[in-house]
Amino acid sequence: MERTKLDIWVGIFVIIGLAALFGLATKVGNLISNNIKETYSVYAHFENIGGLKPRAAVKAAGVVVGRVNSIIFDTEAYHAVVSIDVDKRYVFPKDTFANIYTAGLLGEQYIGLEAGGDMTNLAAGDLITQTQDAVVLEKLISQFLYSKASEEDK
Amino acid sequence: MNNLLNIIAGLGSSFRSKMIRLGAGTRLFFLIIIYSADSFKRIGLTIREIYFTGVLSLVIIVVSAFFVGMVLGLQGYYTLEKYGSSEAIGVLVALALVRELGPVVTALLFAGRAGTAITAEIGLMKATEQLSAMEVMAVSPIARIIAPRFWAGMISMPILATIFSMVGILGGYFIAVLVIGVDEGAFWSQMQANVDFSNDIVDGAIKSIVFGFACTIIALFEGFDAPPTAEGVSRATTRTVVISSLAVLGLDFILTSFMFV
Repeated sequence: MERTKLDIWVGIFVIIGLAALFGLATKVGNLISNNIKETYSVYAHFENIGGLKPRAAVKAAGVVVGRVNSIIFDTEAYHAVVSIDVDKRYVFPKDTFANIYTAGLLGEQYIGLEAGGDMTNLAAGDLITQTQDAVVLEKLISQFLYSKASEEDK
Repeated sequence: MNNLLNIIAGLGSSFRSKMIRLGAGTRLFFLIIIYSADSFKRIGLTIREIYFTGVLSLVIIVVSAFFVGMVLGLQGYYTLEKYGSSEAIGVLVALALVRELGPVVTALLFAGRAGTAITAEIGLMKATEQLSAMEVMAVSPIARIIAPRFWAGMISMPILATIFSMVGILGGYFIAVLVIGVDEGAFWSQMQANVDFSNDIVDGAIKSIVFGFACTIIALFEGFDAPPTAEGVSRATTRTVVISSLAVLGLDFILTSFMFV
């Protein structure tokens, strides 16, 4: 076969490959839709983070506004320190609530932000003081059982 | 007593011969790397081989990818429907293809379609003493014959695997959305929410590169090492398929346990 014809076919082959990769990246994966570029990080302390993982979503009113960056354990205060990257387009008051919720009954855990009423906004490096831990199903069940038992004792 | 000794000696010699082959294969790989610069001076050779290993494999890859995607769509729907979450079919098809089936099935087809051709061609070149003739003419057969095929395989395989994944997802889309009638928006949006580019797609691509390396180097070595007889070439071709398939499946387990756990 001729050289040029061969080159054309190989060129078409490579272009189909790149198109497939582009399709995977945009249509199948979340390369573009999840692109939060400029962020500022705030911190929150939790007694129990449940199944929260790094890169979990941070939502306000159901809208994804950021991602969990890292989760470390503080050995002095014995609680979890969660670092959150929030999109620069969104600002929140200083007394914002950070709660750990579960998507659906068995879904992934995410952080829900609920805005407070403070006039000053959270800046980079600030600490969210008001937090609510993840709900641990076993604790709930045991609480329920104990309260049942104590009712029957009366 | 003598019988027992013979068995042990047989085990030892078969182990030894396998180790020698592994060492020779590794040596061939380093020779390819050394002679790559020479072979890139005539890049047309590599492009020609990409045509034979990549472009000509396109038909079998696209057709089988479409069928694999359709089967995944049907089987996945059957199970997910029982749990009332048939919208998750897009995630199932995409993750199965991008993470596992894309690279693995492509590599198996690649070993069967391109690997055997490489082994048979090189084995026959050796049997008809074309390789020796090149050496006599001071042309290195590694630079002229082996290295272009090696790089062609390394380049073709990831491209083929990417095409396989994409076409397979389109096959799943065809069955799930167009035939069964799963909601199209949920199909794509759930997929996008759960398939991560850097974790799933890039890891799948890394797998396909590793498989491409394994299949190509095995095919090249088997051809290069084949006894110069008709029987030797046929046996080498068979071994290419067997060893490549086993290597791909074994490597897949190792890579998966590294990447996704």
